[in-house]
Amino acid sequence: MSVKNTPLIKMVNIHKWFGRVYALQGVDFSVNNAEVVGLVGDNGAGKSTLMKILSGVYPPDVGEIFFEGKKVMFRSPKDAMELGIETLYQDIALVPLMSISRNFFLGREIVKSFGLKLLDLKRMDDESLKGLNALGLHIADPKVPVENLSGGQRQGVALARAMYFKRRLLILDEPTNNLSVKESVKVLEFVTRLKEQGISSIFVTHNIHHVYSIADKIVVLSHGKKVGEYKKEETSIDHIVEMITSS
Amino acid sequence: MKVGGVILRLLKLKEASITIITLATILFFYSLQPIFLSPSNVNTLLSITPELGIPALGVTVLMIAGEFDLSIGSVFGFIPLFITVLMENGISSEFAIILALFSSCLVGLMHGFITVKTGIPSFITTLGGMLIWRGVALIITGGQPKYFTIAPSIVKLMTGSISKFINMQLIWFFAIAMILWLILERCRFGNWVYATGGKKDAARVMGINTDMVKILCFMLSSFLAGFGGIIQSIRLNTALPNQGTDLEFDAIAAAVIGGTSLMGGAGTVIGTTIGEFLSRVIENGLIIIRAPSYYFRLYIGMVVIIAVILNFYIAKKIKRSV
Repeated sequence: MSVKNTPLIKMVNIHKWFGRVYALQGVDFSVNNAEVVGLVGDNGAGKSTLMKILSGVYPPDVGEIFFEGKKVMFRSPKDAMELGIETLYQDIALVPLMSISRNFFLGREIVKSFGLKLLDLKRMDDESLKGLNALGLHIADPKVPVENLSGGQRQGVALARAMYFKRRLLILDEPTNNLSVKESVKVLEFVTRLKEQGISSIFVTHNIHHVYSIADKIVVLSHGKKVGEYKKEETSIDHIVEMITSS
Repeated sequence: MKVGGVILRLLKLKEASITIITLATILFFYSLQPIFLSPSNVNTLLSITPELGIPALGVTVLMIAGEFDLSIGSVFGFIPLFITVLMENGISSEFAIILALFSSCLVGLMHGFITVKTGIPSFITTLGGMLIWRGVALIITGGQPKYFTIAPSIVKLMTGSISKFINMQLIWFFAIAMILWLILERCRFGNWVYATGGKKDAARVMGINTDMVKILCFMLSSFLAGFGGIIQSIRLNTALPNQGTDLEFDAIAAAVIGGTSLMGGAGTVIGTTIGEFLSRVIENGLIIIRAPSYYFRLYIGMVVIIAVILNFYIAKKIKRSV
């Protein structure tokens, strides 16, 4: 297979149980290079679980993950991040009592070495501000604790962080949930722009209208199973809605 | 307006309110009994505070990471006794101390490992640890105190006098506080400690090994408890089986008075350092003004509640002013 045809991500026969709940029942899922995938389904369909497996939060109970054709095992989110997979989590992975810049670089702090590796707080402040500005978010002081921000601003900080670190794939789990219409449009614009840069993204949502305009491919999950996978040309909003609601 | 701004900025320093309370308390005792600030009494305060403050520093870091350690008082008593047992078996005092400090880390490792792997609250794990290590201390000694005589070089290193008010234990206390401040505020690990205690799930998905962070904090807590116990035993020339009784509550009180949150994710070692001095000032001051010593617990209890309310109120006020 040539590199071009090898999917960026291929998840094969993924199963996941949570106690007696059979959350994922043999799901196949793939993402190509520079592709926007809309992952849709009703609440509880298994979308977030599938994405948490792809970002290394849970291991699958059965199944394999391939990254550019090579089998990978994610033992922690760090392993996925190191491959360039960045995730914007639904519950916004920010620590309220910590400052914006410390949150921005959480787990990937910038250090300078004086023999002792100390945090480069100045650079962390500057870089996080840069990341926020790139998203059109104007926050004056990156030292402000996240708990002082509004819901939309928090979502913005988490998104800016994911955008700053993404290299190959950006997973967005319900990214427009806490956002105004105007802010949501902005997020969609960013995802489109990522595609132009050759970066793939997965847009998880329970509302097909949020993703239809930008998706290349739409995957429908229902009760832990994949019930449909379509190129956008082959389907319509009505058809997808019917798939989500009928099963 | 300008003055108000300056005051507000000062209050924003997390340790401001506790510093003010401490200074006011010192003045209060001084006004009632000037002997309180006599050189000999100040010297007493400065030599007793470190051995109880050092364990409180470890507890603070652990509390920031979102866990408790009720076992430090027992470890504080057990470690010096363990040293005497090692020395009775022909091990040199230097090596015995190194071995005992290493063992204290293992104790913390055990508490931490059990807590994170089973998912039971650390309150329970370390409550068990508190009873177990005290039990071991009593079994070893049959309840009798033991002489604690070690090499003079170590005595000098741990508790030697430097000048009129400065002794080695004070230097250890401040040095450990400074190192921990540096780790918490300026190192990656510190960032992970605050994140682990502040919102564990967020820390985890950002790739932080929160179990490892917690275990290391448990180890630090036990290590510093052992360290403090050794200083006290050197100072008293004795290892007592009931040494450090109630220290766990004193340490948590000092941490909380200094602004450390019981929920995790917030706190500073500087706050605890001042909080520890306040506790000792109240304890010592009551003796100096000849109040019955039983009053100590009553006042500390009140100070804990007042300090937390004050911190809470100031934090709210600052939030509104941003």
